[in-house]
Amino acid sequence: MTPASPTGAIRYDLQLIADMVPPGARVLDVGCGDGELLAHLSITKQIDGRGIELSMAGVRAAVGRGVAVIQGDADTDLRDYPDGAFDYAILSQTLQATEHPRDVLANLLRIADRAIVSFPNFGHWRSRLQLLTLGKMPVSEYLPHQWWNTPNIHFCTIRDFLLLCRDMGIVVERALALDEHGRPRSISGVGPLANVLGAQGVFVLRRSTRA
Amino acid sequence: MNDTPPAQGPLGRAPGPGPTNHTATLCTREPMRLDSGGELGPITVAYQTQGVLNAERSNAILVCHALTGDHYMQGPHPVTGKPGWWEIVVGPGRVIDTRRYFVICSNVLGGCLGTTGPREINPATGQPWGLGFPVITIGDMVRAQALLLDHLGIDTLFCAIGGSMGAMQVLQWAVAYPERVRAAVPIAGSWRHSAQNIAFNEVGRQAIMADPDWSGGDYLSEGRVPRRGLAVARMTAHITYLSEPALHRKFGRKLQNPTGVSYGFDADFQVESYLRHQGASFVKRFDANSYLFITRAMDYFDLAAAHDGVLARAFQGTKTRFCVISFSSDWLFPTAESRAVVRALNAAAARVSFVEVTTDKGHDAFLLDEPAFHDTLSGFLNGLAEQAGLPPAPEDPS
Repeated sequence: MTPASPTGAIRYDLQLIADMVPPGARVLDVGCGDGELLAHLSITKQIDGRGIELSMAGVRAAVGRGVAVIQGDADTDLRDYPDGAFDYAILSQTLQATEHPRDVLANLLRIADRAIVSFPNFGHWRSRLQLLTLGKMPVSEYLPHQWWNTPNIHFCTIRDFLLLCRDMGIVVERALALDEHGRPRSISGVGPLANVLGAQGVFVLRRSTRA
Repeated sequence: MNDTPPAQGPLGRAPGPGPTNHTATLCTREPMRLDSGGELGPITVAYQTQGVLNAERSNAILVCHALTGDHYMQGPHPVTGKPGWWEIVVGPGRVIDTRRYFVICSNVLGGCLGTTGPREINPATGQPWGLGFPVITIGDMVRAQALLLDHLGIDTLFCAIGGSMGAMQVLQWAVAYPERVRAAVPIAGSWRHSAQNIAFNEVGRQAIMADPDWSGGDYLSEGRVPRRGLAVARMTAHITYLSEPALHRKFGRKLQNPTGVSYGFDADFQVESYLRHQGASFVKRFDANSYLFITRAMDYFDLAAAHDGVLARAFQGTKTRFCVISFSSDWLFPTAESRAVVRALNAAAARVSFVEVTTDKGHDAFLLDEPAFHDTLSGFLNGLAEQAGLPPAPEDPS
């Protein structure tokens, strides 16, 4: 087992999410992979973290880092958590791979006060261009799968996502549009430009019923 | 990957002592209260330790054995002369590294290898207890282990680990003594015995009791042994410890005599011969009445029962860290049962990790060379030990 470097840098988009989490928060990372983000947060911000991960290799690596992680998935396992069990639920690059994204979102905001959700934006200009010029489903370095083998079964655009949030009465507290390198663009994360220039979107959400 | 150090010989600086076997006499002043309402005492507990207890007494790991296991994690076994049942996992440089941890395993109450059980002499009669032994529970077994820890001066366990019935004990520990268990690793277990498992146990018990040599449980004082009944019980149970693919891989329809079948009822098939061997060797090392009492304890186990059937309430407010492990081909304690434990722990906001190890080795995978399982367990323990500030094991001088 190679222990994770305790203070080492983490992937840029993960760092961006890490910056949104306040110290000492109770955090659930859904689709936590090898637990990199949770391990980083527990060292740098002393959070109380839990993870859910589908792959056995990911779970083993996360457990080896001292992260509490269960093997499971967003569609079936979120419903087991009681209401308000967490301050933050993180769903990074996973929403588009869930079977019932709407239920997943609803569950995230049931079990946590806030959700941080990131996903690849299907409305990005490169995707639009591929569809327009080639007439084919977009394939890129960031969306490397063909239509017939992609785990991403529920792609959406940033605009689609914002419409769903409005429909569900979810408040978007923060929104960032990231470029292809995972760096935030200096444009509004909820505006029409974000839907064209954002390779992915990152959103901090909360229930509208809460002040 | 884990290093595989030599099994014997000096290892690094300050190697801990190898396995030592002991017995302790407990409850000498007042008897132990049993879940049945009865009392038992004084009791003898046989146990094995490996490694050295540190000055803070913070590195103790309790290993809980399964139904037909015993405290000989490391052999040689006193009856069979064979290696211990968990030599592959417990030892210097192994998954449960005895250079870092002080590891204790005790023969369960009701057992037959030194701890008070139906084979031992009832002081009131001067005869073996037999069926006069009080019916015990998993809770009673764990109470006896807690008394042993008191006797050893160990207040808090770094971790309790066990597979199968051992997993039941681990969960019982976490519920009955939450403040004494830092971490709990229930492997291939459940929070209650399923109807199917009670059914299999009943077949085993009926096989024993149908053997005329069982003599209503008094076979020891009559100098008899219900070999056939106990062997059949073991044969049935042994099938449930394996998986269909594993059995098929090992034996298929292979014949003992490759020239053909005998057109009779000898062991024509290799799988029959294998099971007969399992049964015959089991009766040499296990007591039939112990088998009755221990299977009964498993049947009675239900952690949710005392909490209106809501398992999560059993774990309310727990600070213990859990690592629940199941095996994909285990049909005796299927993954769904471990998942139910995990669900309850989540509902209680416990710190829980869960892995289903993909394997075709069935329930017995926890006893076998299963690298994915070993990596999970060592990863969990290492992460925990780092957080607890336990010094790492010394490096091998090589």
